[in-house]
Amino acid sequence: MITNFFEGIGAYAMLMSKVFRRPDRWIIFYRALLQEIRLLGLDSIGIVAILSVFMGAVVTIQTALNLSDPLIPAYYIAIATRESITLEFSPTVISLILAGKVGSNIASSLGTMRVSEQIDALEVMGVNSASFLILPKIVAQLLFNPILIILSIALGLWGGYMVGGALGLISFSDTLIGYRMEFMPFYTFYALIKTVAYAFIIGSISAYCGYTVKGGAVEVGVASTNAVVRSCLAIILANYVLTDLILNA
Amino acid sequence: MIQVKGIHKQFGDNQVLKGIDVDFIPGKTNLIIGRSGSGKTVFLKTILGLYDPDQGSIHYGDEILGQMTKERRKLLRQELGMVFQGGALFDSMSVAANIRFPLDMFSNMTEHQKDERVSFVMDRVRLQGSGDMFPAEISGGMQKRVSIARAISMNPKYLFCDEPNSGLDPETAIVIDQLIQELTHEFNMTTIVNTHDMNSVLEIGDHVVFMKDGYKVWEGTNNEVLGSTNADVEEYVFKSKLFKQVRAALRK
Repeated sequence: MITNFFEGIGAYAMLMSKVFRRPDRWIIFYRALLQEIRLLGLDSIGIVAILSVFMGAVVTIQTALNLSDPLIPAYYIAIATRESITLEFSPTVISLILAGKVGSNIASSLGTMRVSEQIDALEVMGVNSASFLILPKIVAQLLFNPILIILSIALGLWGGYMVGGALGLISFSDTLIGYRMEFMPFYTFYALIKTVAYAFIIGSISAYCGYTVKGGAVEVGVASTNAVVRSCLAIILANYVLTDLILNA
Repeated sequence: MIQVKGIHKQFGDNQVLKGIDVDFIPGKTNLIIGRSGSGKTVFLKTILGLYDPDQGSIHYGDEILGQMTKERRKLLRQELGMVFQGGALFDSMSVAANIRFPLDMFSNMTEHQKDERVSFVMDRVRLQGSGDMFPAEISGGMQKRVSIARAISMNPKYLFCDEPNSGLDPETAIVIDQLIQELTHEFNMTTIVNTHDMNSVLEIGDHVVFMKDGYKVWEGTNNEVLGSTNADVEEYVFKSKLFKQVRAALRK
């Protein structure tokens, strides 16, 4: 098992060394990139929006219930909501959701191409199939996931604002005061650093699982599951490492 | 000319190719025949460079595949066309886009020249009017023709086909065989076809190589295959009732 793990790491590193090469034709790369941004990014806006609004609402309710003390100003609820959403919920939870949605998509599409010999066809033509197929997917996520996370933070805060006010847990004005108070722009930057790291993890691990499939439809399904599980584990691990390095340094 | 010298290939404990030597005849249709599991597909993919041989060498003209630089190998690949068993068409692209793909990637043609080339190749494989359809919308026979069209779009020197008529009805299979034969002669390509279809052997086999259990057992022409005295070839060729009757008729 340990040998398999290190063999896997080696194969992953070798695949990435093939991926990060100059594209044969830039125009074809840009076309593929736009297509991947639509498929992996724009098509994820809906799920990210719904999750973020409800996540913000739930965080506000739970924070309000835990801070229901007359000595604690109400706007503290909004501060806690803001920090929770910015630091953890939007970058990490949304990335975990994207690992499921986008990761399975990448692994199954590449796996299907592998078992139907489409990747072999590219190789026979002289195309660097790894770079041609995987690079646009990774770059699309590196570019678009930060946009998704910014959107998620904004919608999460809006969800908290609306639900907190509507349920009478915190007034609209106190929420706005809390959201603005002691705002640290670095926390948003930290969230984006984590998002970029997670985007690379999702893109590269899922692509590795799909690209290296051997067998048929069953193996494509297994690869898709592996892509999600491994991406999620790697995100959790990276979350710990990055938090310790950036915030605890 | 493609020469294969002493090729061995092993996957784990499974020795698939066990020292094969073949000289493929330039400008002709070379057929590799044998039962399923005899090593034909691995042999073809090794010649193409998709698998590296454990021992032996593959010669394209004066050059050895394993000793070529990456750049030279990339250039060589543009001289190769491959028709995969399942077609291996890019299912997100239309028929015309599939055929055009190698031109977009590697040629310096203008858009107009590419359009003309795609149109010519589609006409040549009798696919007129299908350019906007997607692989999932066309029949198996048409998919094979698209695959052939894509393979010849760059005007290759070498054409490889892995069981090009598997899964097709006999009539369509003959059409595909004849198309491969015509294109081989028309474009003076060296064609190597993997098959276990005896009709293909008799129809287009200018040069036939028989494989069994990873060995080359016999080679000759389509005219010689029916008269071969090799026990393995006889067993393979005359397995069906039809060919037993053919043998009986030949011996009369």
